[in-house]
Amino acid sequence: MAFLLKDLLGKDKILTSGHRLCPGCGAPMAVKMVTMATDNPLIITSATGCLEVSTTIYPFTAWDTPWVHSAFENAGATISGLQTAFLAWKKKGKIDKEVKFLAFGGDGGTYDIGLQALSGALERGHDFVYVCYDNQGYMNTGAQRSASTPMGASTTTEPAGKKSIGKRIQRKDLTMIAAAHHNAYAAQSSISHWQDLMSKAKKAFEYEGPAFINVLSPCVRFWRVPSSKTVEIAKLAVETNFWPLFEIENMKLTLNFKPKERKPIIDWIKAQGRYKHLLQAGNEPVIDEIQKEVDAYFDYLVRLSSI
Amino acid sequence: MAAKLKGWKEIPEAGTIVEPGNARNYKTGGWRSDRPVWNKETCIHCFFCWIWCPDMAVQVDQANKKMTGINLEYCKGCGVCAEVCPKKCFTMKNEKELTNE
Amino acid sequence: MSTIQKNKLSLTGNQAAAEAMRQIDPDVVAAYPITPQTEIVMAFSQFHADGKVNTEMIRVESEHSAMSACIGSASAGARTMTATSSQGLALMHEMVFIAASLRLPIVMPVVNRALSGPINIHCDHSDTMAERDSGWIQIFAENPQEVYDHMFLAMKLAEHPDVQLPVMVNQDGFITSHGVEIVDVLEDKAVKDFVGEYKPKTPLLDLKHPVTMGALDLYDYYFEHKRQQAEAVKRAFGLFDKVAGDVSKLTGRKYPMVETYQFDDADYVIVTMSSAAGTTKFVIDSLRAQGTKVGLLKIRLFRPFPYKIISGLLKGKKGVAVLDRSASFGAFSPVYTEIMNSCYYLDARPNIYPVVFGLGGRDLTPKLIESVYTGLIGNKFKTDQIEYLGVRE
Ligand code: SF4
Ligand code: SF4
Repeated sequence: MAFLLKDLLGKDKILTSGHRLCPGCGAPMAVKMVTMATDNPLIITSATGCLEVSTTIYPFTAWDTPWVHSAFENAGATISGLQTAFLAWKKKGKIDKEVKFLAFGGDGGTYDIGLQALSGALERGHDFVYVCYDNQGYMNTGAQRSASTPMGASTTTEPAGKKSIGKRIQRKDLTMIAAAHHNAYAAQSSISHWQDLMSKAKKAFEYEGPAFINVLSPCVRFWRVPSSKTVEIAKLAVETNFWPLFEIENMKLTLNFKPKERKPIIDWIKAQGRYKHLLQAGNEPVIDEIQKEVDAYFDYLVRLSSI
Repeated sequence: MAAKLKGWKEIPEAGTIVEPGNARNYKTGGWRSDRPVWNKETCIHCFFCWIWCPDMAVQVDQANKKMTGINLEYCKGCGVCAEVCPKKCFTMKNEKELTNE
Repeated sequence: MSTIQKNKLSLTGNQAAAEAMRQIDPDVVAAYPITPQTEIVMAFSQFHADGKVNTEMIRVESEHSAMSACIGSASAGARTMTATSSQGLALMHEMVFIAASLRLPIVMPVVNRALSGPINIHCDHSDTMAERDSGWIQIFAENPQEVYDHMFLAMKLAEHPDVQLPVMVNQDGFITSHGVEIVDVLEDKAVKDFVGEYKPKTPLLDLKHPVTMGALDLYDYYFEHKRQQAEAVKRAFGLFDKVAGDVSKLTGRKYPMVETYQFDDADYVIVTMSSAAGTTKFVIDSLRAQGTKVGLLKIRLFRPFPYKIISGLLKGKKGVAVLDRSASFGAFSPVYTEIMNSCYYLDARPNIYPVVFGLGGRDLTPKLIESVYTGLIGNKFKTDQIEYLGVRE
């Protein structure tokens, strides 16, 4: 059943105003949409990252629900502990509410340093939802390269230069890695598609077992786009097939969005300052390669979805 | 807002914050250089601005299902609302110019 | 009080730890196997499989995740335990500090094993000593009986409302962990009553009072929180004897922070911890039979460190050798350093000698201990020079 915005009013309370994320940040949009998708009480953990530091600067917290952070690479393990403690309390009759457990990590904390803890948690089958707010770099510390940084993007640790096109290789396909834990619900969504994201979040909360959602959450500051363009740029990622919306459940892949006519990747590249160097003459082959990869990846998903 | 800093005996242990959502006391409106000025007349109350505002600064009347304005105590002036509004209800106006007006 | 029924069981140190864990029956155990601790996790897993505990187990994929899951579980409000050794503890290192700073009363048996490299599976204290500034309480056991008893002591002290700190219950890898001894085991009910129900202060599972834990804490408050932490450890120190006394009431055994053997009239003293104390006692008996006045000071509580008690005891001794089972390269070893700190303000300062022994499981033979006493008596050591006991030249 689709969500209607008018029925959600008043539910945007889990993350409050007064957080200190940058103007136009995609992360709070992801948090808001995900947390509004359940009526159950939520206990949340966040990996170290933009979201964590900017929402809990002592003595202030922007969380209106029980929340804990301990480190960068361990949100998967922390949520395992939280949810297991809940089972222990339930067994003892110390709690009667059906609490949902939610972990947030950025791409650094999820694709890179926290991948092992996430994999362990997915494999063990705890009942939780993990949301990666993917902004394609270590933005909290000034736009360093992560495994999610796309090919050709300039970061501060793999910058564009006379002999560099920025990142040399394609990003890691984390959603499919999560899906390889066959007991898990795995999905990819974007803050630009609130209905898609909220439906997936709802499914994830209701799923008995581990669920993972990879959400494209633009970092306007380090993607070098105006702060007002967060939603537009995320939408472009979907419409160019750079960021396909799909989900995998019981080893069945569903593509949630197939553009009638996909936009060329140059539209996405042109819109962001982090790709600026690619527009210089001589870099056409790089753009071609990125386009090829985008199309090949989409074809791969189409094939998987039609089997 | 420059509250007096407390001593170690006066604060909860372990850095635990016991007042949920007290970031509401931290007003981010001062960050804003451009202000979204809302045209009530053209608004169709679709709530696109509300769902996408990253700062929960779009105010709504839940009972009557109406968008009612912007909470300038928190609005950081990102301009997302202006971009997503299908009816172009917002004009982003420079704060300085607004004060001069 | 009615006498508590006890059973005598043949247990290794590992089995003793697992038995205590079964009786404590914590809400959550998150653990990862590592030699020589593995047996604890295996034995506990079997208790779990046989329905002998109500515990929820998390078979994590690493020690880092073990401690992280423990932090999640304990912050939610569950009584939480794990166990580790050596590299496992080193991998946890980051989270070990965080567990203490979040004030989570996790109890963790640590089966002491040398740190790599080169890789080695046998006993020394380099693993636990690397965590001595972490904010955990560190208790050291001489034998399986002490391992067993220390577990309840640890749980009770950790969860004391004025403490709320994690505790490591150390034992020597293989020497204690795999050595079988007769252990007096309490009735399950006695243990259950003793540890009682855990009452966390601000559990995340208390949905009516949502709290935020682990916030970003900058220069305006971090120091205040560290000051609080220091105070909590101080309070743990103040409460140790009381809690140990309560355990004594159950077991009839005593658990002072520092234990002595043939000490009062001894001129020459060895200071050490854990299983080395047992061997030392044996040597003392034979030397005393020959009329030599030698004694032992065994440290049970290493963090917080009982400085005053120790200086009071060492005052007036002719020679003190501190036997450390770990090295601090380019510096003196941890126990020696603390003993020196204890004695600085004494008028009658004994000569105190640093001795490093037993690295990587090198056997501490009675002969070696005897050589330490004869060295002390013969004034053969230098106070500023580390004696490496049992190493080949
Ligand atoms: S300008 Fe940005 S912060 Fe202000 S109301 Fe619009 S979307 Fe919200
Ligand atoms: S997006 Fe525009 S039309 Fe829709 S509620 Fe907001 S102001 Fe009104």
